[in-house]
Amino acid sequence: MKKYWALVLSLVLVFSVLSACSQGSPGGNASNGSDGDSQSKNDGPKKYAFIFKNTGNPYGEKMMEGFEEAINEIGGEAILRAPDQPTAEGQIQIIEQLITQQVDSIVIAGNDPDALQPALTKAMNAGIEVISVDSAVNADSRVTHVNQADPEAIGRIQIEAVSEMIGGKGQIAVLSATSQATNQNLWIEYMQKELEKPEYKDIELVKVAYGDDLRDKSVSETEALLKTYPDLKAIIAPTTVGIAAAGKVLTDKGLGGKIALTGLGLPSEMASYIESGVSPWMYLWNPIDVGYAAGSTAAALVNGDMEGKVGDTFKAGRLGEKEVVEDGDGTQVMLGEPFKFDKENIGEWKDVY
Amino acid sequence: MAVHTANAPAAETAVKKESKLASLARFREMGLLAFIILLAVGVQIRNPSFLTVENVVDMATNTAILSILAVGMMLVLVTRGIDLSIGATLALSGMLVAQIVSANSSFSPLLAVLTGIGIGIICGLVIGGLVSWIGVLPIIATLAMMNIYRGFTYMVSDGKWISSYQMPESFVGIATSSVFGINTLILIALFIYASAYYFISHTRTGRQIYAVGSNPESAKITGISEKKILMLVYTLMGGLSGLCGVLWVSKFASAQGDTASGYELSVIAACILGGVSIAGGSGKLGGVILGAVLIGILNNALPLMNVSPFWQKGIEGTIILVAVLLNVAVKRGVERNHLLRRRI
Repeated sequence: MKKYWALVLSLVLVFSVLSACSQGSPGGNASNGSDGDSQSKNDGPKKYAFIFKNTGNPYGEKMMEGFEEAINEIGGEAILRAPDQPTAEGQIQIIEQLITQQVDSIVIAGNDPDALQPALTKAMNAGIEVISVDSAVNADSRVTHVNQADPEAIGRIQIEAVSEMIGGKGQIAVLSATSQATNQNLWIEYMQKELEKPEYKDIELVKVAYGDDLRDKSVSETEALLKTYPDLKAIIAPTTVGIAAAGKVLTDKGLGGKIALTGLGLPSEMASYIESGVSPWMYLWNPIDVGYAAGSTAAALVNGDMEGKVGDTFKAGRLGEKEVVEDGDGTQVMLGEPFKFDKENIGEWKDVY
Repeated sequence: MAVHTANAPAAETAVKKESKLASLARFREMGLLAFIILLAVGVQIRNPSFLTVENVVDMATNTAILSILAVGMMLVLVTRGIDLSIGATLALSGMLVAQIVSANSSFSPLLAVLTGIGIGIICGLVIGGLVSWIGVLPIIATLAMMNIYRGFTYMVSDGKWISSYQMPESFVGIATSSVFGINTLILIALFIYASAYYFISHTRTGRQIYAVGSNPESAKITGISEKKILMLVYTLMGGLSGLCGVLWVSKFASAQGDTASGYELSVIAACILGGVSIAGGSGKLGGVILGAVLIGILNNALPLMNVSPFWQKGIEGTIILVAVLLNVAVKRGVERNHLLRRRI
């Protein structure tokens, strides 16, 4: 009797290993598997997953809030996930789990444009709609991308702001996050393009420094900028840790008013520096709206309202009608120009996010 | 040993030949110091603003927290242990204290520092208990507690940050104020070095830490309680991490859930650079401070030298490796000298 049970158990084991293998192989097998279960999948509400870069990021929390709002409006189930550390490895693990859970769509803020490709391709082969948001993944590993704001508009607005702050003349520097951050690099590229215009011929971009979104490193980088370029007139920091660290350094060194600071930052982090005038004003889109737009896009794809091709239009809830536009090799949905935070409105926003 | 050489006049000349190098290198961390000086000169040539008063003060302020933690880590390493949880303890203490001061703006800064130390001590006691009473390997116990404390930080903060506008002036002032023209952070670090020096070299308990680390069995036979010593070093480490949590949050005027994640590795690197042995039993305060200074110089100098961000990490690693190799080479030379003298 014991032998019989051992045989049965080992057979079960062998089959479960085999089925696990077939899940890993792309194409026919995997889609067959999900077809078999699609009955149970259609019973409950549709599952929409959101993967942010890392846990404990208030910006991400707000984005997830907006995402959840959009999903709740259409009666879906929102699954919110994020790895502990902002790494591609952590996100790949979560993607694998979500494929096993058979969600209908995955919205992801990628930690790496290319490293996620195998995992995301596998998800798409399993019939999951993959959308990137905030930080894009490459065009082959997504259906479409939801861009928080037009990168061209961000680059242009930053340069316009800095030019106004320093009177159109002098040295400026950029303090970015990591040298690998897709969105940061694109914005900086557009800033450089904008600076080529004749009206900015007296503005010189002396350095792009990378603070890696770490407090201590951003502080060291800012201090180095001040020492290496004594004639520096302004710093643009398109990242929230960077702009707050730069604001702190300028405040501590009493350079408020002498060196202007602008960029993209969280209103709560920047409130004291905007109120004190160290940073006359700065920008950010509304992360709640970004998450909301991502949720609506996911819903439109899952319900078959559109296919994510150039020229497709869909209703994005309270944000109105959105159009899918071209983005290099892929497609994207754009949100519009970033929102300006200054002394007038920072008070009401600092408690929001 | 000096007595031995005096008793052997025949070998006097041979000793004199060695003594030049020996007296220079009696200080074992000579190699490291020489390396730091060379590096400083190199950076100075590249960017003249490196050795200005302002930059040196900035560098010292930025390195103070690292060096305080390195002192505690040295004690842990000496007992053959390791503490990976300090970054998480730091974040937890910083976050809790930031929440307290943001809710209660009249909270005195001194009390905030003491609260931070208290939180750190509790965190350290838990680890000390796991390591000494239950006998969990230090690397496992601290790895587990690192995740628990980090998770706890996210939990109490609900993923939100405490920003500078929520912190009272007096609290942010802990890190920016100065006494006699010297920044408070630097003064606190100096105070920690002085007390650590006294504790390590002039108290019985301090010497017992080394005894437990270099030979636990004989330490036990001589009546030293290993459990008590282990408990003590992890508690001290926790207390210092808690202190640094408050200093960190005050310095950067912001508390995040992922504050100082991975910072423990920089601290351990500073200790190893300073000649602390991972195998336990040996480590000198002077060396550890030099190690922290080298890491501080690297963090400050690489941005100043205008090297490409793609190269920065690689260069940092190479410099650390070269410094360790040089230090080991010099140390070996010194030890050979000791052996030579012993033969005489």
